[in-house]
Amino acid sequence: MRTLEQTTQEILELATKHFKAAPGSLNASDDFYRKLGIDSLQALELLSRLENHFHIELPDYEVQGVSDFKTLAERVQARL
Amino acid sequence: MLDLSKYSCIGEAVRDAVETWPREVCLYESDRGQEKERITYREFKERALPLAKWLQDAGFRVGDRASIIMTNQSKWLISAYAIFYCGGTLVPLDYKLKPEEQWALLRHSDASVLITEFPIWRQVSVSAARADAPNVKTVLVTEAPEKADLAEATRWEYAKANGQPRFVNRRRSDLACVVYSSGTGGTPKGCMMTHENYLEQCVALTSLYPFWPGVKYLSILPTNHAIDFMVGFFGPFICGAAVVHLRTLRPEYVREAFTKYQITYVSVVPLVLKNLQKGLQTRFEELPATKRRVFEWLRRINKELTRSRPVLPLSRLLLKQVHAAFGGKLEAIIVGGAFTEPQVLQFFYDLGIPVANGYGLTEAGTAVTVNDLRPFRADTVGKPLPGMEVQIVNPDPDGIGQVAVKSKTVMAGYLNEAELTEQTIVNGWLMTGDMGRFDATGHLQLLGRKKNMIVTEEGKNVYAEDVEQVFEGLPVKEYCVFAANYIWPSRSMTGEQLVLVIHLEPGKAFTNELKEEIVARNSGLVNYKRIHGVVAYPEDFPLTASMKIIRAALAQRLGKLRREQVMVPL
Repeated sequence: MRTLEQTTQEILELATKHFKAAPGSLNASDDFYRKLGIDSLQALELLSRLENHFHIELPDYEVQGVSDFKTLAERVQARL
Repeated sequence: MLDLSKYSCIGEAVRDAVETWPREVCLYESDRGQEKERITYREFKERALPLAKWLQDAGFRVGDRASIIMTNQSKWLISAYAIFYCGGTLVPLDYKLKPEEQWALLRHSDASVLITEFPIWRQVSVSAARADAPNVKTVLVTEAPEKADLAEATRWEYAKANGQPRFVNRRRSDLACVVYSSGTGGTPKGCMMTHENYLEQCVALTSLYPFWPGVKYLSILPTNHAIDFMVGFFGPFICGAAVVHLRTLRPEYVREAFTKYQITYVSVVPLVLKNLQKGLQTRFEELPATKRRVFEWLRRINKELTRSRPVLPLSRLLLKQVHAAFGGKLEAIIVGGAFTEPQVLQFFYDLGIPVANGYGLTEAGTAVTVNDLRPFRADTVGKPLPGMEVQIVNPDPDGIGQVAVKSKTVMAGYLNEAELTEQTIVNGWLMTGDMGRFDATGHLQLLGRKKNMIVTEEGKNVYAEDVEQVFEGLPVKEYCVFAANYIWPSRSMTGEQLVLVIHLEPGKAFTNELKEEIVARNSGLVNYKRIHGVVAYPEDFPLTASMKIIRAALAQRLGKLRREQVMVPL
């Protein structure tokens, strides 16, 4: 079982890769909309990537109002 | 299509629709590519009427208000029909609002019933703001897990009673819905929409874009939004057509739905349309050089042959693979909620996919003008729909002035806001706050906004006042949020931004510390409500006798300053 820290780290790595961000440039407290310059549809794309990676289902409602990696990681962790 | 001139209310028309097409499918529901349910008009009735009876037994009376806070799904429409069947007034709320915003609007609307989904209720029910809306007596919750704590709510599935409910007819002038066109920080703008508003709007829209049994409309825009309520519920239902709901809006499942259901119409906001464009462009670029040349050649031929009007069978033949990706039956993409860039519209039209671009606002029903595609014009929002009078008020030498609308689709007013209503509807004309002009062919062109608000590409109306509360307690003498276009008018409908104007305490400077605090508070706002810059204004703000900021006067003063010189970007 992953720890929350591990989950967070994996999410940051996935987001870095998916959105071609500079390695090591993302932090848990970052607002991913702002930091990555993405819109709500791209955020949904990220969710699909997370589902495939963690083998979970993340309903859209789970991430309503979530805009930072830390909270996103908590939502993922709760479903692992 | 039912002859809507014979009906006086939404409930009466839908009641006839369910009897007219009992065997036709009216709703499809799909989750992650798996179809979960398909419901016929008869089944729709069989689910709605026991709920209507239950509501009546629970004391829900004619004119009472019931709110729906749900994602797009079958139970949204079933619940709405039950409410209309009882003669109730529907208050559709945006499920994306924060719980405290939901409660504020529930209180403002005086809804006695709330119908919502468990994932939403789980967050809304624990909000301290619940105590502020004691008017909400009955809560029905769908999708609740077996042992879930419902916080005094009732399971939607249990809310059915035996026996025939009493159908309550309403007059055309009676209130059908209270639709909120803004958030809650400033003045809640609850548009009072009458049954006539919807009946007339439906006649106008279907005259250009008709529905019929067999049509499948893909419902992506939230149903609380005026467009989806009309073209994702009332419009298709009074024509015996079907609505497809998806339980997730991930782009991959949306794409799949087009082919799986052979969608006829879909409504999207500009952001989604641009996303579709991006996906298609990537695919075109990946084509081998020879295929790409052939494709470009076919696209040019299609463009040439559809110059005066769409010829769908021809386009489907010429650009077979593109149309196949959209299911092969797509008649039009309806785009609304915000301004769409002409090049995006042209991109789709050149592929033989008509885009029904128009202009509308909640206060005017749904749409005021729509492109009739004869010929397609990407640079305008089309001509006024039948029954709409549109005029340009106080035009400047270029013919540009405020767009005003007079029509049977214009709302009765803002709920509990007589003064605001008087300012907005003047001698029967709805002052839209949007700037525009008519061209020589009678097409309306939009050229900026006169009101202190912005509209995002996702179709969100953001009123500057609604954003202010997050800056409460900021260590400055006074502050105010403006739409940049309200201060510095631009003849553009894109790239709109919000600006925070601060007046520092005497002797204080605009420090990094203050900037950081503004940034931190700004981060607490949902992304589309965030401010993009700060202006430190050196003088006292103009105030009314009751110490309220006179926004228009302040904006006028600020307008004399150069934006690029005074605004510090965040």
